Amino acid sequence: MAILHIVNKSPYERDSLTSCLRDAKSGSGLILIEDGVLAADKRGKFAGALGDASKGMKVSVLGPDLDARGISRDNVVDGIQIVDYAGFVDLVAEFDCPQSWL
Amino acid sequence: MSTVKKFLFLNRKAPYGTIYALESLEVVLISAAFEQDVSMAFVDDGVYQLLKGQKTDGIGMKNFSPTYSALGDYDVTKLYVEKESLEERGLTVDDLMDLKWEDEDDDWAEKDSIVVVSAAELADIMEQQEVILSF
Amino acid sequence: MAAIELNGKSYEVDEEGYLADLNQWDEDIAKEMAKLDGAELTDAHWEVINFLREYYEEYQIAPAVRVLTKAIGKKLGKDKGNSKYLYELFPYGPAKQACKYAGLPKPTGCV
Repeated sequence: MAILHIVNKSPYERDSLTSCLRDAKSGSGLILIEDGVLAADKRGKFAGALGDASKGMKVSVLGPDLDARGISRDNVVDGIQIVDYAGFVDLVAEFDCPQSWL
Repeated sequence: MSTVKKFLFLNRKAPYGTIYALESLEVVLISAAFEQDVSMAFVDDGVYQLLKGQKTDGIGMKNFSPTYSALGDYDVTKLYVEKESLEERGLTVDDLMDLKWEDEDDDWAEKDSIVVVSAAELADIMEQQEVILSF
Repeated sequence: MAAIELNGKSYEVDEEGYLADLNQWDEDIAKEMAKLDGAELTDAHWEVINFLREYYEEYQIAPAVRVLTKAIGKKLGKDKGNSKYLYELFPYGPAKQACKYAGLPKPTGCV
């Protein structure tokens, strides 16, 4: 079963992203939404972990949440795709099961 | 004349994911309207509140970042940003909004509101307060 | 929610008479709100109302009265940037009453 992992908390504030990356299998998906998008900033300290994760997983970030927080799309870690709400829905449909890390 | 107290609003959360940042800003404006001595500190994810270029049309929420520019009008002129928190996020003061206040006692000269301080300096600033409110 | 009916349009207002939707504002509703308060809007009133709308556009807040007074003084001159002048125009309180006619929410910090 291919899971779509959903992370909505800032990685600096909670360890949900770290736990998710530890427990996610290669071939699964990860989408960062709400404050979770802060992890996708390539200037920040989670850039390395996400870059590595994107080699085995399909990693996405919700564009409107980046825009709201002033994180320029040019500053998103390479290998992460930026999606809109429709793209988020497509991902949920593409994977067998969504898993939210609250 | 009522008593004036030194208030520090300590902001530790990113905007929009939770309501804390907006609520803090509202209480800051109310406190300042009651002519209290108000300053703000931005620590941890709180530094994201001051990031330039916020555009919220896509998430259907009000973009309240322009309101930080009005703080000078309310005599809130000290916005302390912790250096360590910026660095951990790969940010510099240039990534933050250019917030100014006008000094009435210095022929309305425009001065920077944002002051980047170290954790140790912030600890001293916190010690000098009468009230610290955490958001 | 209450509403003011005017020229075939319905303007929703809150329990204190402030417009629910800033985008619904037009000059007619400002005049009507003033009329309901028994006032008539002169150029001097409009100067303050337009100033408030510009302030909101820029900062996304309705300023407190102290802030309004100072900012008016800077923009329109010292003879207008004082409470006496502003209270004469808006006897119910310059920030509260002028914000209402300008279609803004009640100023933050007003009780």
